[in-house]
Amino acid sequence: MISSVFDWLSTPANWEGDRGIISQTLTHLEYSLIALVCAALIAVPMGLYIGHTGRGRVVAVSIAGGFRAIPSLGVLFIAVLLLLPRLRGELAFALPSLIVLVILAIPPILSGVYAGIAEVDPAARDAAKGMGMTGSQVLWQVEVPNALPLMFSGMRSAMLQIIATATIAAVVGLGGLGRFLIDGQATRDYDEMAGGALLVAALALLVDFVFGLVQRFVVSPGLTKTA
Amino acid sequence: MRLWGVDLGELIELTLDHIYLAGVPLIVGLLLAIPLGWLAVQRKWLYGPLLAATGLMYTIPSLALFIILPGILGTQILDPLNVLVAMTVYTIALLTRTVADALQSVPDHVKQAATAMGYSPLRRLFAVDLPLGVPVIAAGMRVAAVSNVSIVSVAALVGVSQLGILFTAGFNRNAMGPILIGVVACLILATLFDAIILSVSKALTPWQTSRSGS
Repeated sequence: MISSVFDWLSTPANWEGDRGIISQTLTHLEYSLIALVCAALIAVPMGLYIGHTGRGRVVAVSIAGGFRAIPSLGVLFIAVLLLLPRLRGELAFALPSLIVLVILAIPPILSGVYAGIAEVDPAARDAAKGMGMTGSQVLWQVEVPNALPLMFSGMRSAMLQIIATATIAAVVGLGGLGRFLIDGQATRDYDEMAGGALLVAALALLVDFVFGLVQRFVVSPGLTKTA
Repeated sequence: MRLWGVDLGELIELTLDHIYLAGVPLIVGLLLAIPLGWLAVQRKWLYGPLLAATGLMYTIPSLALFIILPGILGTQILDPLNVLVAMTVYTIALLTRTVADALQSVPDHVKQAATAMGYSPLRRLFAVDLPLGVPVIAAGMRVAAVSNVSIVSVAALVGVSQLGILFTAGFNRNAMGPILIGVVACLILATLFDAIILSVSKALTPWQTSRSGS
């Protein structure tokens, strides 16, 4: 069983072409990164505002807590049923899925940014204020650098959530590695399904590893011991 | 009786399946995470590798795990055992760190007092460290329970019976009703699991009366 899966993975024909492994991996990465950037554009400013001002804390905490309970598959189907009749062209299949990916990625990023800012050592914040820093100087020069470890862990769990949900979204026609899992099941080809599943797992591990590396370079060495 | 195109008897059956698939791994996972977490705290050099390994397990997307496991376990792809094992893996991944944190949250002077009274390390674990770590463990269990309930529904894509079946059934019939019922049922289940863990935690920590259980 296992060896035939590796046969599928090592067949060059499965890697080539616009429905091949390489092209689907790139598509998967492309959708995931687009979704992550969109979610970050919404969630990071919100998290910075809530963390810095302390306003809307309850909203941030309840969004972050509640999102885990949302079944992504159900939300995906709801989005497709609602939006598909209203959309046309190539985007019709990708857009509902992309919207769901963005929505599901917002809570982890928001809670990472918010918690990171809120948990900055009050002494550091007070010292910065005492030195005469303005509100935005405190935010960008003290709070954000100190919040980076938690911000990164929020980004990383958002990215894993996106990669996992993008895989599931193959069932509503989204391209990417999920195609092998869903199409393999449709044709009762376990080798293709399991091969695709291994590739998805490898992609998730690799992306998380890369994010970890970036985190290492970006976060101040003074913070890494406690983080 | 039918509600929004869902047979009520079927709804109850799917809910029970869902409780079974999300609940059993929670308990098995905790039972396995306790020795792992204890080991990570007891043997300092194991702490990093153990937590890194369990963290990696959590990285694997659920649908991929549901499909890879039959190849490893030799089960059929429709076998609910795959889902039970996958959810147990995720629970262990979350709770090993939680248990390690919980054991470390016990104040040193309490541990020293227990040791001075002649408690062996193992007896201290069950009589002192774990009972005092209940609030931290419960907080981790709540996260694991809620995310288990939502992840289990993905197993509908490999045809395993639980509330997620309502999603695929509704989608295939172009009917919003079953999907909405499934989502609401999942949310209610998650809230229920959360409430149960919270009240068990409160019952186990009677000294924490004024503060909340988490």
